[in-house]
Amino acid sequence: MSNFTESSLIESDAVYSKVVRAGDFWIHQINAGQTLRIVDLEGNQAADTLFYNADDPDDRYSACDTIAAQQALYLTSGTRLMSTRGTELLKIVADTCGRHDTLGGACSRESNTMRYAMDKEPMHACRDSFLRGVQSWSPHLDKRDVTCNINFFMNVPVSPDGQLDFADGVSAPGRYVEMQATSNVICLISNCPQLNNPCNAYNPTPVQVLIWDS
Amino acid sequence: MSETPPLLYNRRIGGGQMWSKVIGRGKCLKITDLEGGANVGMMLYNANEKTERYNMPDTLKGQKIFYLRAPYCLHSDMGRLFASIVDDTVGWHDTVCGSTNATMVESKYGTNDYQDARNDWYRNGRDCFLIELGKWGMGERDLIPNINWFSKVSPDESGKLTYQSGNSPAGASVTLRFELDTLVVLNTCQHPLDSNPTYDPKPVQLDVLPAPSVSEEDPSRSIRPENGRAFQNTEEYNRLRF
Repeated sequence: MSNFTESSLIESDAVYSKVVRAGDFWIHQINAGQTLRIVDLEGNQAADTLFYNADDPDDRYSACDTIAAQQALYLTSGTRLMSTRGTELLKIVADTCGRHDTLGGACSRESNTMRYAMDKEPMHACRDSFLRGVQSWSPHLDKRDVTCNINFFMNVPVSPDGQLDFADGVSAPGRYVEMQATSNVICLISNCPQLNNPCNAYNPTPVQVLIWDS
Repeated sequence: MSETPPLLYNRRIGGGQMWSKVIGRGKCLKITDLEGGANVGMMLYNANEKTERYNMPDTLKGQKIFYLRAPYCLHSDMGRLFASIVDDTVGWHDTVCGSTNATMVESKYGTNDYQDARNDWYRNGRDCFLIELGKWGMGERDLIPNINWFSKVSPDESGKLTYQSGNSPAGASVTLRFELDTLVVLNTCQHPLDSNPTYDPKPVQLDVLPAPSVSEEDPSRSIRPENGRAFQNTEEYNRLRF
């Protein structure tokens, strides 16, 4: 795959490593110059991810600004992750999956009723994890801060005639994406619990997050 | 039978201008591209609970579409619908490219500030959105992926995007029927990927009319089973609230 870029970083040099189980959230600061790697440990998992400027969280990841800045729908090596103020938050520096989505958003209990069936409402969903994530970080963050996210490892192909669908993952066990922070950022991941579509191969599994100093 | 419904409101909005109003459920907003080549950036919020917002991902994945056209719907982030596209002469409207900002406008079109140009100064979509949001006690945290009515951006197989000029001729229009009481925030700045190298935002006409009631066979409801359930959620909300 043309977008396949391996990292030269060695796992034992990482200053932080954690496994995030399916259905859990993870929120952590990554400073400018540090590198974040997310590993799809068992394959075909969706890691729903939001970023905020740690120095002023009102400035945050913007899917539209990221798409417009590269004039491209999919995220891969070289993609600059842009904020609502048009600043670069991070840049993807390695990617062994090949492409990642930023159109598909996060699942919520409310949208599950719309997408699948009214009786899916009780099922755990990413937005609930995102809400607990921002609440745990700051009393000043709430639903207004849960915006349109990145879905690392998720495959949402769009055809030239404008059809869009969720498809089987293009990821596999051990594939990873790595990004270097350009700004001090807060990273919030909801490791997606969705059981109703192929984004997780109907089987949500853990991801690993690692951080390296510059 | 075909009586013309009374016009509740009409206004011409010049190019590079901004506007925000609450439009109640059961009313239609018709937007007309007066000269051709207009772009209307639009964000939507529940007028009674402004943390409920237009949700680009749910709108796209809920209807398996990449762009907007009749009879598709504009979904909120709460499993409900703000509006249905009931009439549309264009057939492709973008909702993934966002809006221009001051840096982008300056690098594309140069500097033309108020001191020099008075009210012909160069505006950008982001600042227009923030000004109108500010009037409703809202701000930067409320910026969301917006709709760009009348603009077409299409992808190739690799996801590379191309702006298609000439998508909307003079007189083109799109009509939204509101299903929730909705705060509509819009501006007429150029599309962020507009290939026109000159600053030349176009005017539109806004007309508000009463809407006929929604039947079980309404095409916006029946185009997708997801929309049927979103209508159910919306009707339940309105029944409980009003």
